[in-house]
Amino acid sequence: MKARVHIMLKNGVLDPQGEAVRHALGTLGFNGVNGVRQGKVIELDLADGTTEASVKDMCEKLLANTVIESYTIELA
Amino acid sequence: MKAAVIVFPGSNCDRDLAEGFRQAGFEVSMVWHKDTDLPKGVDVIGIPGGFSFGDYLRCGAIAAQSPICRAVVNYAHKGGHVLGFCNGFQVLCETGLLPGVLMRNAGLKFVCRQQTLRVETADSPFTNAYSKGDKIMVPIAHHDGNFSADADLLSRLRGEDRVAFSYVGNPNGSTGDIAGILSENRRVLGMMPHPERASEPAHGGTDGQGVFKSLTEVLALA
Repeated sequence: MKARVHIMLKNGVLDPQGEAVRHALGTLGFNGVNGVRQGKVIELDLADGTTEASVKDMCEKLLANTVIESYTIELA
Repeated sequence: MKAAVIVFPGSNCDRDLAEGFRQAGFEVSMVWHKDTDLPKGVDVIGIPGGFSFGDYLRCGAIAAQSPICRAVVNYAHKGGHVLGFCNGFQVLCETGLLPGVLMRNAGLKFVCRQQTLRVETADSPFTNAYSKGDKIMVPIAHHDGNFSADADLLSRLRGEDRVAFSYVGNPNGSTGDIAGILSENRRVLGMMPHPERASEPAHGGTDGQGVFKSLTEVLALA
């Protein structure tokens, strides 16, 4: 089984990289990009039967820094 | 007096840090990240700068989960002295021994230069050789040194006199110009600047020696 973990900076946390991307898009002529937030996706290849609770534990302990990041888990 | 310096794959200031301790009279042992125990009778642990584990995932995140860091956390919880410079500060934040987080520099660039710092408190085992308000020149070299704290944390750090050093001229966007902070019990210090790179005359300045000297004062009394 696979799990996909999406990690994003929490709302209100400044994202200078996203802001740089937004600026670059504007330079390329893409108007109307009001904001860019950059995150990451982590794909996990897991033994069958791994629980969502266990993936959540992985997020809390290592994959996300919950001081500044939030995460969502997609099991497939 | 005994110091232990932790070495991760990708640490690159470990020997500089060891030298900083030695100059102040410490006997230093280097400890590999896969070790599970600290040397017996260690008085202080140093977590060096560098790019532990290539900064993969987040700066310091993987190092913070290494076997030796479990021992470091236990050591700190028992009241032991721990300091971390640069990547060491990032590791200490990731272990939870220090609050807050180090984010990408606001200017997005790696900043490498001499930096003036203000000593914000002399009331700690790492800063008692200075006076509050002293201005010292210490190198910085980092890409992710933007210390981020919310309003609550900032007022707690200031209210409890836990800001050790601040920048004079903020190089990276850090909240409240903060360059280094102390734990609640004041025995854990994390800072982005590199005092070990300003600890002998050949470095062009010795303003960083005070961090190591402060420790010797405290440990001599212990």
